[in-house]
Amino acid sequence: MKADPKGVMTGAYFIDGDHACAEGAIAAGCRFVAGYPITPSTEVVERIAERFPLIGGMFIQMEDEIASSIAIQGGVWAGKKAMTVTSGPGFSLMMEHLGLAAMTETPCVFVDVQRAGPSTGLPTLPAQGDMMQARWGSHGDYAIIALCPNSPQESFDLTIKAFNLAEQYRVPVLLMLDECVGHMTERVVIPPADEIEITPRRYWEGAKEDFLPFKPDKDLVPPIIKAGDGYNVHVTGLTHDERGYPVMTPAAQEKLVRRLVDKIRKNADAIVEYREDQVEDADVVVVSYGITSRVAIPAIEQARAEGMKVGHFRLITAWPFPSKRIRELAVKVRGFVVPEINYGQMVREVERCVAGRARVRLVPHGGGSVHDPKDIYAAIAGVGKR
Amino acid sequence: MTEETMDVDVSMPTNTVEDFLRMERMPHIWCPGCGIGTTVNCFAHALEGSGLDLKKVAVVSGIGCTGRVAGYMKLDSFHTTHGRAIPFATGLKLANPELKVVVYSGDGDLTAIGGNHFIHAARRNVDMTVILINNFIYGMTGGQVAPTTPIGATASTTPHGNFEEPFNLPYLAESCGAVYVARWTAFHVRHATKAIKEALLKKGFSFVEIMAPCPTLYSRRNRLGDGLDQMKFYRDNSEIRNGADTKTVPLTFQGKITVGKFVDKDKPTYLDAMNEFYVKKFGEKFTPYKG
Amino acid sequence: MADTPQKDTPQKKKGLGSVVINAERCKGCGFCVEFCPTRCLELSEQYNAKGYHPPVLALPEKCTGCNMCGLLCPDFAIYGFLFKKKQK
Repeated sequence: MKADPKGVMTGAYFIDGDHACAEGAIAAGCRFVAGYPITPSTEVVERIAERFPLIGGMFIQMEDEIASSIAIQGGVWAGKKAMTVTSGPGFSLMMEHLGLAAMTETPCVFVDVQRAGPSTGLPTLPAQGDMMQARWGSHGDYAIIALCPNSPQESFDLTIKAFNLAEQYRVPVLLMLDECVGHMTERVVIPPADEIEITPRRYWEGAKEDFLPFKPDKDLVPPIIKAGDGYNVHVTGLTHDERGYPVMTPAAQEKLVRRLVDKIRKNADAIVEYREDQVEDADVVVVSYGITSRVAIPAIEQARAEGMKVGHFRLITAWPFPSKRIRELAVKVRGFVVPEINYGQMVREVERCVAGRARVRLVPHGGGSVHDPKDIYAAIAGVGKR
Repeated sequence: MTEETMDVDVSMPTNTVEDFLRMERMPHIWCPGCGIGTTVNCFAHALEGSGLDLKKVAVVSGIGCTGRVAGYMKLDSFHTTHGRAIPFATGLKLANPELKVVVYSGDGDLTAIGGNHFIHAARRNVDMTVILINNFIYGMTGGQVAPTTPIGATASTTPHGNFEEPFNLPYLAESCGAVYVARWTAFHVRHATKAIKEALLKKGFSFVEIMAPCPTLYSRRNRLGDGLDQMKFYRDNSEIRNGADTKTVPLTFQGKITVGKFVDKDKPTYLDAMNEFYVKKFGEKFTPYKG
Repeated sequence: MADTPQKDTPQKKKGLGSVVINAERCKGCGFCVEFCPTRCLELSEQYNAKGYHPPVLALPEKCTGCNMCGLLCPDFAIYGFLFKKKQK
């Protein structure tokens, strides 16, 4: 279905990634946001707070991130599309509720505008140190989807995509910005509402008495309902059966949790998204995401100008990781270069997929700024050497 | 007693409480003599007498023995994380103000880990009913000390006796802004039923504390007998003081219990305040928020 | 022990009401017996399958059908009801 024109701020703007993210949420139909201020994400909720009253949205600044991350789930079960926004320390606080959303299959969006950590770290400066946490941060087994915009325009576009994926797969979706993308101001074009594709909530359409809140369709995703419609739904974080009733057995665990993981794993081909540039005959492929993907470009261009065959592989979905494609490339290239603003997180996924069949070099950065392209160039040159 | 006994119709009505329960999940997990089931009767009868559209009633609970109530209620019910029933309930209510949201959880869940959320929801006067079953202990996990455990009582994490000052819950609720505050015990079933009904029909943050026995842990560890002994204690040591100053109703270990309806006032709810504010600010540009 | 409704108990005097007891659900807490306003309930000598002594309506003529037992019972194992007078 198309976006609701009420609230879509069609036009061209000069805004930063945080503001673009807020507009993307509004365009996607999000009308419930609970958040807590934390640099460098605060502008997202500030904009939401300003815009929501006149478009029928509900924003509440909760008392902490723990409250925010579960208030949105109440909002979802009452029938709204909901989002929360945070950065590193708040992201850590939200982990329990990320797991709750995964376990109860509550479609919602968590935005993490990453800053340097650990702990309080560098609140106003960029990093990409939450990538593994995004995948594994909550306890137990589950799967989520995580997207990495590299510009304010993508912050707008991928926020819409995040909501759509959340509804499609009844799963929490993470939007992994970083302080650079969040605070950089660029041109953002917001199309007319009828050009924006929105995935509606997959509500149950059968007879009320036949409804089972955790009985999956063929794609492993169960249809959902909302409170207030007389379904007497029971939703619990305990391991549960298709009725939603707690069942404390290994058999119930296997049936439920395996499906939660497979829901994303088996649908990965439809979910995974990346951008490739000249990887087909490359000797070296740079695997990057977020702001680092832009910093890598001058390095790649310099290497190409010197005759090296360098491809650029940019993650749009960090999770699920594009394992299939990296495995395909692993047998064709000499090596991969993975620049990231951390001491090695997504590089581990590359190494896992490459499985020793090519070189993999990390270009780490502790955070606080973006890479110097020279360092990425040096890595490309080193990996490409015969 | 009349002699006209043969004229009466002895057809048996059903126990209407069962209409509110997921009977396929019985028997429940609570111990013999536990007071939680008793409070569920009160809740069911209160719902019945309230005239509320049951389709719109949502129960939210946290983790713990009382937290299991949500799982047994045949309503839209949400068994959330430890301490976080209130913010989840806030989300439900603010996203759909037509819902009647009831938080049903225990003393540890709502005032220890959930304490922050409790005080803010009360401060905001979010329209919800909070039923707190106070058994002075963390029952489900084996009997640890709670913020309500009286001084001198023993718990598994205060094996030599608790020396921490406990909360006076009605005082806490009132001071944070609750518009309805009552305390009863599981013995006071009719009063508790009426209080829950009033709290359900009250607009704003309504709080009902119901003391209940935990025979397996609190009573046993403190050599207080069984559930019945504790219920008799409630019967023999409670004083009803409606309208009492909540400062004067703290509880001590096996001491006097003050029960009653302490606070019943009116204040704009969170949504009322929001709508009024935005109407004043934006005039016709603002459509009052209804969900 | 199955449900023990009182309607087929031969008796001359009835109270204003009676109780329905689901003996198998009872966990023998004793609330109903102790707090019945007319003390018409007693714990049975018999056991249910779990080993508890469920209540029985020992003095049916004293039952007022007030349902105090039903409100108190934590296991939903007993409830009281008022007899309806037949229309003449």
